[in-house]
This record gives sequence, structure tokens and C-alpha cells, in this order.
Amino acid sequence: MSIVQLTGITRTYRTGSRPVEALRGIDFEVNKGEFAAIMGASGSGKSTLMNILGCLDRPSSGRYLLRGEDVSTFPRERLAAVRNRMLGFVFQAFHLLPRTTALENVELPLIYREDELNWNEIHKRAMEALQTVGLGDRAEHSPNELSGGQKQRVAIARALVSHPSLLLADEPTGNLDSRTSLEIIEIFQKLNREGLTILMVTHEPDIAHFAGRTIKLRDGLVQSDKPGMQLSATDELAGWQDESESFRYGIDE
Amino acid sequence: MKWSAVPYVAFKALRRNAMRTLLTALGIIIGVAAVITMVGLGQGASSEVKEQVNRLGQNVVLVFPGERSLGGVSIGGGSANTLTAADSRALQEEIPEVIAASPEVRSQRVIVYGNQNWHTRIYGQSADYLQIRQWPIESGDMFTEEDIERASLVAVVGQTIIDELFEGSDPIGETIRVRGLPLTVIGVLSTKGMSLMGSVQDDIVIVPYTTAFQRISGRSHAMVINVQIYDEGSMDIARHKITDLLRERHRLASYQENDFTVQTQEEVARAATETSRIMTWLLASIAGISLFVGGIGIMNVMLVSVTERTREIGLRLAVGARAQDVLMQFLIESVILCLLGGIGGILLGMFATEAIASYAGWPALFSTEAMIAAVSVSAAVGLFFGFYPAWKASRLDPIIALRSE
Repeated sequence: MSIVQLTGITRTYRTGSRPVEALRGIDFEVNKGEFAAIMGASGSGKSTLMNILGCLDRPSSGRYLLRGEDVSTFPRERLAAVRNRMLGFVFQAFHLLPRTTALENVELPLIYREDELNWNEIHKRAMEALQTVGLGDRAEHSPNELSGGQKQRVAIARALVSHPSLLLADEPTGNLDSRTSLEIIEIFQKLNREGLTILMVTHEPDIAHFAGRTIKLRDGLVQSDKPGMQLSATDELAGWQDESESFRYGIDE
Repeated sequence: MKWSAVPYVAFKALRRNAMRTLLTALGIIIGVAAVITMVGLGQGASSEVKEQVNRLGQNVVLVFPGERSLGGVSIGGGSANTLTAADSRALQEEIPEVIAASPEVRSQRVIVYGNQNWHTRIYGQSADYLQIRQWPIESGDMFTEEDIERASLVAVVGQTIIDELFEGSDPIGETIRVRGLPLTVIGVLSTKGMSLMGSVQDDIVIVPYTTAFQRISGRSHAMVINVQIYDEGSMDIARHKITDLLRERHRLASYQENDFTVQTQEEVARAATETSRIMTWLLASIAGISLFVGGIGIMNVMLVSVTERTREIGLRLAVGARAQDVLMQFLIESVILCLLGGIGGILLGMFATEAIASYAGWPALFSTEAMIAAVSVSAAVGLFFGFYPAWKASRLDPIIALRSE
């Protein structure tokens, strides 16, 4: 079953005197349960593609089917609902609300649901999402009391809390050291094994190797679309084990 | 979105910048406090006026010498010499609706008792004056018609005289001197309080008008004639009859204007009330301006807040907030900020009113209407001045907002 189906997606910016074609006809499909990495140099159009995939922007032409629905024609209001219920976002800069506990950060998408949940249900679901990323004991901590890896895990919990059809990660390891990056990838792999479809933008080949598929963009077109190396982050982390003993979730130095 | 989350998020944002919130709210606090204080003092003043009207006595008409404009507040008058004691007697005897009339003449004099002296006002009045003013005697007696005819050297004194001259002891039968003229105190008036014009009415010595004309003031004409009418329904007809009678007595031809003015106590009071009402509005509009300036402060701070929280707005939009959710969020935040200011303003205003009232001795009145108005106005200020920043926030592009630093 295809989650994402892109046909002839273009995106042209008309800012200056000359229009800039960021995307010039993207076609690909992502099936349920895939973990794909989108790669490309800066200016290749991967951010633009990510914005369209995330329903934050609409293509200039082409069709974007998200679970069979043509979201490229949706008005702003409906796109907000699509982002709320079908998509989960993980950003490079975490984007957690400062001076707000981890639990409240995770609850955020649930507050904007159209079918309102009661507060008990909201707390319960947010707590479950935090436990999924191994931060059940950090629920009342605010972001400035958390390490970088923990912050990103809170952000992942926030993306998971609505049980989305698609998780979009934009350079999720860009602000993290290599070991913490591996931990995040390990979570992605675990979620993927449980059936979550993940699209991850990265410019690090090392990180892309953990995905099941690598889509490379160049000048607004798909340059290559190949199966990935599918390395296991868990195995990779085991190699670090001798250097440090502290290696399970929630025990960041 | 979930409604109960809106005020929670708003309070949280306001608490995060507690100092800024306080300083911003201060603009509203001062504005609302000013409104509350001005309205409180203004209403206190006009209710005091109303109360004084009731104390003046009922169905009373004042006849002033000379032509006075209706709105004229000056009671000083008396410059024209057109009213006589005979006019007063004629009013009482010839007009059935008039049940009492008293020609009034006032003099400022020093009165002496023993080695004490006191500067006071001496009123010449008829024996009916206390009935007209509904002013009871506390002890002793009022002078009689006989005293009027004989121009007796007797006086009835107010409470202030007892306090200042007699130091609280019983003055009945004692003799006070006015420029060497001995007056025997025969009665003491009960306490009356302040007059419409703010003078202490108890600071008074009343003597027969004949005595006042012949022995004290040296005048031959009345400054005013106090007239009591039978009942309220007869006021209009009585006014006409008084006018006709006085025109006839003064031999005025039909083309000549009145050389006197007939005014009811209500008319005198209305002029005073009008003055205090205008003052209230004047002060309230100054207070309104400060509220407006406070609102501009709110707008300024909300704009800063939107700019500071651009990333937060971007994130909220990304996880599914609609433009209207963001608009509502910032609007409610601004309204809550103003409402906090409004409540603070009411408290400060009540405190200030009390302080001014007790310091300056003005009457103060708190009305629930003024408080409800203050709260609604501050909420409206929040809505009005919060709208533009909130609208700006709701128009943000999530892609650009997320990327902002």
C-alpha cells in the first residue's frame, strides 16, 4: 500500500525577476513500512520537497497523493488537519517549546485535534509516546534540563503522539554527536520495524546507510533511487560499548 | 483546538515574562484606576448635591433681586435693591399658596462673648425661616412675630457658634456682642452640615430681619426672599402669582423686564449638579486617554511577543494549529493581560479614591457599574490593540517561522 505518491511535482518560486525552479518534476512512491533517506547537496531541492511532503507548502504543479488523497488541492485549513493527524515532524533544531515540560511538549499536537480529547486521554497518550522513546521518567523535565539526544527523543515522541501515517525527519541528527545520532537512528529503526513509514532528509551518507532506501536529488530532479545498506544502529552501537558503559536510554552521562 | 488550553498557554506566556507583563499591565492599571477614581469622586459629588437638595427644605422658592440667568450659579447676588421686607409680607398675605416667606439679609461680622470672638455670618430672617428650611431648634426658642415688630435684640445660633464661642457650654440667656450691640441668645439650632456651595451652614447667627436691617447691616433691601409653597403641585401657579404680584408692586410696565428672579431650589441645585457632571466627564476623558495610551503599550508588547515567539508559532502551525487558533491564542493573551490590568486598576482606583476622599474630605462613591465598565473597557482594549499583533502571528508562514532565529 502506498503512503506517498508523487507525480510530476514542480515548485517554482517567483521572488525575484526570474522564477527559480526548485523542483522540476519529482516522481516517486513510498510504501507503507518503508524507511527512506532523501539525500542531496544544498540547493538540490530537498528542503522544498520536504515542505511539500509535510503539507507546509503546495506544489506549483503535479499531484501529491497522501494515503490516496490528493492533498495538493487542499485549502490551508484542511492541510493543517492533515499535518495534525497524518504527519509527524522531527526537526534538526528540535523545536521544543522552552520552559514547557517534556510531557506538555508532546501533548501539543493533541490540543489542536478537531475531535477534542479530554485531558486525561491527552496526558495518557503523551505519556505513552514518551515511554516509547524511553523518556517516561523525564516527563516533568523542561528542555533546558535535557541533553541534545533527549530533546530529540521528546520531539520524536511529539511526532508519534498522533499515530501518524508518515514520519518526516529533517536532518534529525544534524545537531547531535555521532553516538547520540546512532541512538536516534536506532529509535527510528525500531519504530520502522513496528510498521511506521519514515522519510528522512540527511546530507550525511553515514546516516543514510541505516535506511532501507536512498533517494538522491540533484537540481530539482531525482538523480538516483536505490535500496540502502540497511545497517543496524543497534549493532553499530554495540561497537561503542567498550568505550563507555553508559548506554541505554535515559542514562546520558 | 481545545479551548481550555488557550488561557493556560496565555497565562504561561505572561508568567514567563513576569516583569514585562507587570510593566505593560501598569499602563492599563493606571488608566482604569484613573477612570474608577474620577467616576467615584464625580458620583460622590453629585450624590452629595442631591442629598443637600433634600436637606434644603421642600417646596421652597427663592426670589432674587435683579435679572439672573437661569444657569447662573452665583448666589452672591443682592447687588440690585429691588426686594423689600414689604414685598415678602405681601407674598405671604396675598398669595394663598405661599405659606411662609422670609426676607433675608446677610452680614459678615465679628461676634464677641466674654474674651472670645468669632467671625461669622449674621442672617436677618422672619420667624418662619426655620419652618421654611425645615431646620429644627435644638434648645430654647425661635424669635416670634413680636420680636420682628419690635426689632428685638435676640439671636438664634448654630452649632459652630456653640463650639467656637461658648466652648460647648449652654449659651441660652447669654449675651453676645456685634459691634457693641448686645444680642441675647434665645435658641440653639440643630446641626445642618454643609451647604450646596460647600460652606458650613452651622456657622450662623439668626436675628429678626428688622433687627438686621436697622441695627446690623444698614441695608434697606432683602438679598433674597425665601418662600415656602403649600405643596409641590402648586409650585408652578405660585411662581406665576409671585411674578405677577411683584411686577405689580414694583410698578413694572408690560414692556419692562422683571427686576427679580424666581428660582426653585431644584434649579439652583441643577446648576450645581451640571457643573459637577461636566467635571466628571472632563476627568473621565482624561482617564480614557491614559487607557488608550496603555492600550498602545499592550499592542507594542504583543508585537514584540509575536516576534520573539515566531519559532513557537511556526511549530504550532506545523503540528496542526490553524491560523484562527494562533489568532485566538494571541488575542486571548492580550485580553487576559488587559483584564489583569483592569482588576489591578480597580483595586488601585478604590484605594486612590479612598485616599483622596479622606484627605480632601470629598465624598466618594463606588459604583458596580463603573467597575463592570472598567473591566469591559479593558477587555475591549485588549481585543482592539491585541488584534493586529494576533493577526500578524496568524499570517506567519510556518516554513519561514520555523527557520527564524
